[in-house]
Amino acid sequence: MSLHPVAAPGPPRDPALWPRLGLGVAALAVLWPALEIAEFRPATLLDPKNLEVMGRFLGTFFPLVLTPEFLALVVRSTVETLALATAGIALAIGLGLPLAMMVSESLSVSRIGPARRAWLAPAVRTPLRALLIVMRSVPEIVWALLFVRAVGLGPAAGVLAIAINYAGMLGKVYFEIFEAGDTRPARAILESGGARVHAFAYGILPVAVPEIVSYSVYRWECAIRASVVMGFVGAGGLGQQMELSMRMLAGGEVATMLAAFLLLILLADTVSAVLRKALV
Amino acid sequence: MNVAIDNLQLVLPGEHRALAGVTLAIGRGERLAVIGPSGAGKTSLLRVLGTALRPTAGALAIDGADPWLLPRARLRRLRSGIGTVHQSPPLPPRQRLVTAVLAGRLGAWGFWRGLASLAYPADIAGARAALARLDLDGRLFDRCDRLSGGQLQRVGVARVLYQQPALILADEPVSSLDPQLADHTVGELHREAQGRGVTLVASLHAVDLALKWFPRIVGLRDGAVAFDAPPVRVSDRMLRDLYGAESPIVPTQDNQPLERPEPKPRAAQPLCR
Repeated sequence: MSLHPVAAPGPPRDPALWPRLGLGVAALAVLWPALEIAEFRPATLLDPKNLEVMGRFLGTFFPLVLTPEFLALVVRSTVETLALATAGIALAIGLGLPLAMMVSESLSVSRIGPARRAWLAPAVRTPLRALLIVMRSVPEIVWALLFVRAVGLGPAAGVLAIAINYAGMLGKVYFEIFEAGDTRPARAILESGGARVHAFAYGILPVAVPEIVSYSVYRWECAIRASVVMGFVGAGGLGQQMELSMRMLAGGEVATMLAAFLLLILLADTVSAVLRKALV
Repeated sequence: MNVAIDNLQLVLPGEHRALAGVTLAIGRGERLAVIGPSGAGKTSLLRVLGTALRPTAGALAIDGADPWLLPRARLRRLRSGIGTVHQSPPLPPRQRLVTAVLAGRLGAWGFWRGLASLAYPADIAGARAALARLDLDGRLFDRCDRLSGGQLQRVGVARVLYQQPALILADEPVSSLDPQLADHTVGELHREAQGRGVTLVASLHAVDLALKWFPRIVGLRDGAVAFDAPPVRVSDRMLRDLYGAESPIVPTQDNQPLERPEPKPRAAQPLCR
């Protein structure tokens, strides 16, 4: 029995048909239980009772509260959010850069030097790498909850949370950038008697700077968004005000602050696009 | 610096035997050119002499001591006295020429001076003077990625000139330069070595340059020394044997047939011109 009757030698069938069909079925088989477990039932969204509840919630958003006193508060909170994210990122860079440098192996002097204390380098690197993992895998909101208890309500807790959490992320990405770049310039410095820090500053950093700046600016954008979420647990900025207004069921205030937040994100997008374009 | 190697062997990762027993003694202030077909081990030899690669077997002594047995601090001091011109200069594209040249002396400068020089160049005049010797002083504050391959190669030479090492190692330092510039650049290396009485070991692709500028020629083939002689004693036959199967003609600049002055007047010249 032949699949291709001799009488009608039509165009050959795409051999990719069966693999594609199989992959499609397999993807559905994985996705369906996932949706079930996550209790994803779109129909409940359209349930008239639920629609009414949502409608009432959104209805409270209007009219926006635009009194001068409230707008002044919104502006102050927006500036606070911006300051919080920027200070947090600055600290995160200051912490992440040296950590990345320390765990990086492309600067390993022992590769071209007498490896007499060869056990020392991994003994330092391994715990530092573990530290980076802890810093970035504990979510920033948990760090914020922790620091709110330590330094009290307000933006200082948010700054610390971003600094710790983002230093972990930046450190890992910086480290990967260092490892991926051309390491010959750094080796040349080491081979002519330069110190490890010199090799880093003269050989690796100039190669890595565009990528480092680009990623750090992207993270600054993320920090602005994250600072709003952290505000809900008392870490200052727009988020904290938004949470207060929500608790008081002042929908108009919430809407005004959402609008301010939208503008802030647009601004951050623009600034980061301009910065990155200027560098590449 | 003087360098002595005895039966030096180097096996690179992948079981490739780059050096198969090389013995050489290079005195302080000597100027030596290494020639040979590609893959002969010229770069490997220079990397070992520059303490960048550790020999697999055999003895290496720089100023009488095996660098691989020195304590870390002394090895660093030794390395700061070795300047290497790399065939493809290891310079970050975004670095400015002034910084790239000043980096030559990082080993001699202290820790903080090296870092402070990133904020404001510590010795602009020095970097400029080194670049001027290679006609690049006009590009002092340009970025390396604005330069052509040949200009970049000369920046690598300028860095080593600025470093003022006691041992200059030059690995095909003029491979991307046109004949006039190549001649000028090798001449600068030669003047530097002769002027300060330091040792110069250069691997060269162009045999005519080697014969013109160097009082001692080492022919390398298959990781071993084929001959080691002053240029007047290097015969056409030795050169043909050295390059043998790889190329029917001996490589020179512009691939012109090797023109050699009559041995007699050249031999009459004293070695230290």
